[in-house]
Amino acid sequence: MAMATVNNGVNVQALLDAREALKGAPEAARFTWRASCKWRNGTHSTSKVRGFFGLGQEQQHKTETSFEADHPEIFASEDHGITPIEYVLVGLASCLTAGVAAVAQNRGIQLRSVESKLEGRMDIRGILGIDSDVRNGYDDIKVTFTIDADASKKDIEALVAQSQKRSAVYDVITNPVNVTVEVV
Amino acid sequence: MVLERGEVANSWRRERWDSLRLLTPSWQSRLPGHAYDGADPDGYMTMPEVIAFISRFAAASNAPVRTQTTVTSLKAAGSGYHVETSAGDIRCRTVVLASGACNAPSVPALRQAVPESVLCVTAFDYRSPDSLPDGGVLVVGASATGVQLADEIHRSGRPVTLSVGEHVRLPRMYRGRDVMWWMDAAGVSRQRYDQIDDLTRARRLPSPQLVGTPERATLDLNTLSASGVAMVGRLSAVRDGRALFSGGLRNQFALADLKMDRLLETFDEWARAHNRDDEVAPPERFEPTRAPASSPLEVDLRRGAIRSVVWATGFRPDYSWLDVPVIDEKGHLRHTGGVIDAPGLYALGLPVLRRRNSTFISGAGDDARDVIAHLAGYLASESLG
Repeated sequence: MAMATVNNGVNVQALLDAREALKGAPEAARFTWRASCKWRNGTHSTSKVRGFFGLGQEQQHKTETSFEADHPEIFASEDHGITPIEYVLVGLASCLTAGVAAVAQNRGIQLRSVESKLEGRMDIRGILGIDSDVRNGYDDIKVTFTIDADASKKDIEALVAQSQKRSAVYDVITNPVNVTVEVV
Repeated sequence: MVLERGEVANSWRRERWDSLRLLTPSWQSRLPGHAYDGADPDGYMTMPEVIAFISRFAAASNAPVRTQTTVTSLKAAGSGYHVETSAGDIRCRTVVLASGACNAPSVPALRQAVPESVLCVTAFDYRSPDSLPDGGVLVVGASATGVQLADEIHRSGRPVTLSVGEHVRLPRMYRGRDVMWWMDAAGVSRQRYDQIDDLTRARRLPSPQLVGTPERATLDLNTLSASGVAMVGRLSAVRDGRALFSGGLRNQFALADLKMDRLLETFDEWARAHNRDDEVAPPERFEPTRAPASSPLEVDLRRGAIRSVVWATGFRPDYSWLDVPVIDEKGHLRHTGGVIDAPGLYALGLPVLRRRNSTFISGAGDDARDVIAHLAGYLASESLG
């Protein structure tokens, strides 16, 4: 278990306690994450995230966060924010990074720095409808971590492998999920 | 008395494919007072040899086996149990459930979405490649069963795609000795259930990628991909007739490689600490699992490239006859080291029941001694009370 000297700022005990508590209460483990989005102009939209549901009741983030999304100027847009597909990289990077910190804490590994670079490759002939054999989204995502920690290279690789194994975003990118889009 | 629904060694006779051999070397097949005495102790027994081995043990031990007796119901009655069987009812004080964890194939619900034009076979029905139609085969699952069937079916000339999820990679031989020798020697196989950090996980661990062959060959994913088996990620959905595979294949490889190396380090440390390094070959490390340059994320099952799917997705126990409330929401028996949480009820032969080798032939003796000691204590305290 975590040694007292290791502090990555993750309250692993709270996570382990939650794991124990939720074992007997699967309904409390059902969470719903939410975002709302409003079209501004052109390809520019603003999404806001604040409330979510979990542990059997409505919950709130401390503050509302706002995300601007747009296309770059080379797409004849005004570039008020990053593209939606770049938000996917942001989600993946932060999810894997949080996982690395939590797993390191649990394994008694002190982290000094965790940095990563992400590349998502995509052929835009898909979204432009030029070639129906080309998919719309990424066809390849590469994440490169640079980690400085009190651990061997093998142990660091194991951290990164385990963080993928327990990552919500990694899962939802690598595996299909049902998506329902309705108009009301 | 011992109740057996069919003949002695019934599941070995009827629920295994033709080419299967034990994953453990023959010298390791030890039962109390009964050991392998054949010509090839380093080999792996074929099914006829296993059947003969267990039948000889049944005869030598004079076990009071009632064959052709299927238990249809077991319920609590007074201070004991009432057992209904196809050959009459039995009253008893104590019962040991030794029906094992592999009574039925465990097939994911998404099987229902596979188009009817594709033949579905489980490891229970499969006997040999001849029972499959010509053409491509999707083998789902890459544990011992999956890799063995993928290899055999590929050799029959059918193009094989292997869907790989979480798996346990092991070399057949390490430093010149069978990997099972190392498991025994380094104390891994005898590790007790109450000394394992995450017992739930240990009990769910997939069977290692091993095969018993006269060549004592390793059958890992590198072997399979070198021979031409195509690797895809875990089967995560079948949608509109298309099988969709996870893009997380590389991480499955990385996890399995890391875990194998950790186990080999345990072996090396043991050899060093016990001055056994001179007895065995030098430490070795194996090539990491090679990721394919690209692996398809979907295969259209309606296009004819895949004619059959072999579900090598594990097994589950069948407790449909057990009318005692000791089954958890996942369908597993609630027990502590084989002591079921109903007085006088015991279990044997389940994964990591009391030791890592609880489901091995060589693990049965130690587990039985421990469980029967508890059972005898229970009977003694009952008669005192």
